[in-house]
Amino acid sequence: MALKQIEGSHGVAEAVALCRPEVICAYPISPQTHIVEGLGEMVKAGDLNAEFINVESEFAAMSVAIGASAAGARTYTATASQGLLFMVEAVYNAAGLGLPIVMTVANRAIGAPINIWNDHSDSMSQRDCGWLQLFAETNQEALDLHIQAFKIAEELSLPVMVCMDGFILTHAYERLDVPDQERVDNFLPPFEPRQVLDPAAPLSIGAMVGPEAYTEVRYLAHLKQRRALDLIPRVAAEFKAMFGRESGGLIRPYRLEGARTAVVALGSVLGTIKDTVDELRDAGHPIGVLGITSFRPFPLEAARYALRDVERVIVVEKCFAIGVGGVVAIDVRLALDGTGQPVRTLVAGLGGRAITRDSLSRAFLRGMADQLEAMTFLDLDQALVERVLERERLVRRSGPAAEAILREVGAIAAKIV
Amino acid sequence: MEGASTSTGYQAPVLKAKDYKSDINPIWCPGCGDFGVLAAMTKAAAYLGLAKEQLAMVSGIGCSSRLPAYINSYGFHGIHGRSLAIAAGLKAARPDLTVVVAGGDGDGFSIGGNHFIHACRRNMDLTYIVMDNEVYGMTKGQASPTTQPDWRNSKLTPRGTGVRRFQPAALALAAGASFIARGFTGDPSGLTQLIVQAIQHPGFSFLHVLSPCQTYQPEQKEWKHLVHEHAAEVTADPIEAARLIQADDGMSLGVIYAQSLPTWLPPHLSQASLPEIEAEFHL
Repeated sequence: MALKQIEGSHGVAEAVALCRPEVICAYPISPQTHIVEGLGEMVKAGDLNAEFINVESEFAAMSVAIGASAAGARTYTATASQGLLFMVEAVYNAAGLGLPIVMTVANRAIGAPINIWNDHSDSMSQRDCGWLQLFAETNQEALDLHIQAFKIAEELSLPVMVCMDGFILTHAYERLDVPDQERVDNFLPPFEPRQVLDPAAPLSIGAMVGPEAYTEVRYLAHLKQRRALDLIPRVAAEFKAMFGRESGGLIRPYRLEGARTAVVALGSVLGTIKDTVDELRDAGHPIGVLGITSFRPFPLEAARYALRDVERVIVVEKCFAIGVGGVVAIDVRLALDGTGQPVRTLVAGLGGRAITRDSLSRAFLRGMADQLEAMTFLDLDQALVERVLERERLVRRSGPAAEAILREVGAIAAKIV
Repeated sequence: MEGASTSTGYQAPVLKAKDYKSDINPIWCPGCGDFGVLAAMTKAAAYLGLAKEQLAMVSGIGCSSRLPAYINSYGFHGIHGRSLAIAAGLKAARPDLTVVVAGGDGDGFSIGGNHFIHACRRNMDLTYIVMDNEVYGMTKGQASPTTQPDWRNSKLTPRGTGVRRFQPAALALAAGASFIARGFTGDPSGLTQLIVQAIQHPGFSFLHVLSPCQTYQPEQKEWKHLVHEHAAEVTADPIEAARLIQADDGMSLGVIYAQSLPTWLPPHLSQASLPEIEAEFHL
């Protein structure tokens, strides 16, 4: 095994290239751009034989991907944040049409206010769109998940999003094992699409379906996603047999044996969480971790089983549903339906705010003592919020909230980005 | 120049160009053409005697779309490609404001291209300044719709774009813009005059500004030797304008086309007088 010291984005680009995509389309947006630029370089150097299309917007990127995939081409694109939101209509369309497109989402906050840094608000906004969503914990896993994603997508004829934390993963350099082409070819056979342009049976795709069959078409999509719950671990096992390492799967328990409190999270923050839990465990606290790799479909049964012995669950999320609570926590509660195990939401890392071991440790200790509220914002500056609220009480024309908060912290909006 | 007065009798102070500059230092690269637009815009505002509260700068996302932050007036740093639509909403709600929309070739011709066409067609009284450097600067050097087809410096266009360039002036004309001009950031006084004329023009005025990118298109330093004065008089004839635009090398500077066409506002607003609108916003 030859390790390469490369940027996470380039690791993903190399993994995607090893999957021999036939059409790649993209529009630049941070922090995703390096991935498709890496692929473009390979096309330019003649190392990758793919149609590479630089499109006029993300909406075009996903629409081009739909056209290419519908014609039977292995198709790849990547985006982030505002780009994902802009392509949403086509994102739903790709899922509804059952097109096995693979897309990287370099997770980034969404505006307003404009923020280029990492959280999970972008892909979480698409949790119900019908795409599978796999979250990478490390750059090695991001690389590996892309190879698995094409296999899963093409087996199910459903699109797959591989989510990796923007900047934290995409821009981090580390040693990665980039598999050789022969083994990837053995793992991932050439694309045999379920939908092809068949000259013997020309067909127009994009049927209008009324009340007589719409429910059944949607139900079928649900059924296929639930079937992915069997396929995803199988593909991870095949991957391990071929490449010799654990990557992917549905969930990843860590030190849950004997734990009375479990921390549930997804993505790269699992690294910090595991370090924090190690410290707490060494100090005698019975706490463990459950990493979620497959957010869609959500592994309800696997999570319920993994959490069967804990007394309480803390879900650390880099996003939340405004006006309700956690996003992932809703699914965890569903997984624990009827067990009576309380689920607490800890919202952390929004818009790139650092998630430190100290802060997590304090929050977990409170959680273990059942002192966490149903929803807690890690490291929230409550006094700052109070000052802005007070101003809003006093002044009817209090102006835009983001600018008011920045004024309070002594920053100027245009100097931030 | 006298300060502008409103129907409320408020006498606005006379402002100099520097008064329109905000206290935020631009984060553009040294030598960026966009500095020239900032300078010309503030001079034009001073020349027109625009009160700060009469001017609204609206942009999308990109290097040039940072312009509103650097100007001491109402500003809106919007959504990538949506500046013209946001500005249309603003103008509909506040037709008394001078609304200037600014952005780049990526924001305006690529992801926002559809709004460009329809803003031309709608002919609201907006001024649209596009700082064209033929590249996406903020995401670090990718091809835009105005990039040369054989430009291979972007990894996203590994074989060059291979696509004919977007012709902003021709498209604006075809879509129904009533004012079309081209400026160059290396010609500050000419650019100032063009911004003044564009703002004075009633209706949608499109000002295409050649604004070199020193970082990703360094060869654009040569533009100062390539630009030349637009040879013909300004025409109000779209057929003549089409001929001039098609025959042009894209480097001519001046007003190409100006036509008096009815401007559009939501019907009830277009009939309202300024005092009526003021009354509507009175608290």
